[in-house]
Amino acid sequence: MNDAHAAHDAGHGGHSADHSDGHGLHLTLDGYLIGFGLSVILTAIPFGLVMSGVLESKNATAFAITILAVVQIVVHMVYFLHLDARSEAGWNMMALIFTAVILIIALTGSLWIMYHLQQNMAPMNMSTLP
Amino acid sequence: MTTLATTGDAFVATRDTAADSHGAAAASQRTAATPQFYVLDEHPHPAGYSTPLGFWLYIMSDCLLFSVLFATYGVLGGNYAAGPSPRDLFDLPLVAVNTTMLLLSSITYGFAMLAMQDNRAGRVQMWLAVTAFFGLCFIGIELYEFADFIRQGATPQRSAFLSSFFTLVGTHGLHVTTGLVWMVTLMTQVARYGLIEANRRRLMCLSMFWHFLDVVWIGVFTFVYLMGMLR
Repeated sequence: MNDAHAAHDAGHGGHSADHSDGHGLHLTLDGYLIGFGLSVILTAIPFGLVMSGVLESKNATAFAITILAVVQIVVHMVYFLHLDARSEAGWNMMALIFTAVILIIALTGSLWIMYHLQQNMAPMNMSTLP
Repeated sequence: MTTLATTGDAFVATRDTAADSHGAAAASQRTAATPQFYVLDEHPHPAGYSTPLGFWLYIMSDCLLFSVLFATYGVLGGNYAAGPSPRDLFDLPLVAVNTTMLLLSSITYGFAMLAMQDNRAGRVQMWLAVTAFFGLCFIGIELYEFADFIRQGATPQRSAFLSSFFTLVGTHGLHVTTGLVWMVTLMTQVARYGLIEANRRRLMCLSMFWHFLDVVWIGVFTFVYLMGMLR
């Protein structure tokens, strides 16, 4: 019992040193290696898809590499940036979600509106009009 | 030093009340008789306590900056003005090598962080140097690519596609350059003062910054280079 208590104290002491890095998390070699391995695979596949042109349809290729990019971003967030719902009492995740919402609005909004603007714009060359 | 506040009949606050469970028990016994206190002051935090969160917020705001540049490229990326298109310019094997450099620098920075966790300053320095080397390779290859484009007449002034391309990729390159300057600064810091508290915090911030740049690069190689070849 006493030994267990002492071990717990020692463990706690060790952790308080880790707290100095601000995250209080324990980094592991395995975590980094898994993240690196997944990133290599998730980078190699999209390059392979585009360079070899395996998929006939360009839209299918574009869709596939978009999905792979999103997955790789999540891998980086988890294994390299050590983000989880508990870091900084959830504030990191809140900031990330807020940023993601703004990002999606800015990207899709710009593309959508400018695409329609281009579609509806009067043609520069008047001779093409009926 | 402690602000005392009174709300109606309830009193007020010192920080030593209810310090531990014994204190809490004692306090509950005296509830009726003695005033109760609560602290209005912010309790003291160690130096740099809020730095990780603050730095994360900076990174998120940087993310918004890049989202605007990506949106600009998304809108203008197809306007070649009868100039060169991505297919004419981009060299995918070169981009693959560049991506490899940045990915390798990410894992080597991770090794530096592991060495920091083990309190081995020499190894931290070694891995930071390796990371900086890969970062320099990345910047070198990117500058070579830009120079190659410009030699072919594909300057930022040539078309809206090239203006937005150089702005987006150039801003990322500028961030990596800043990260390299920061890395050299921290290597000097660690060499002079060792792995002190402040340096650990700074290394952690640079770690976030460096990995964030790799995340942005995922967006760049996917949406600019790979999608560009599909156009």
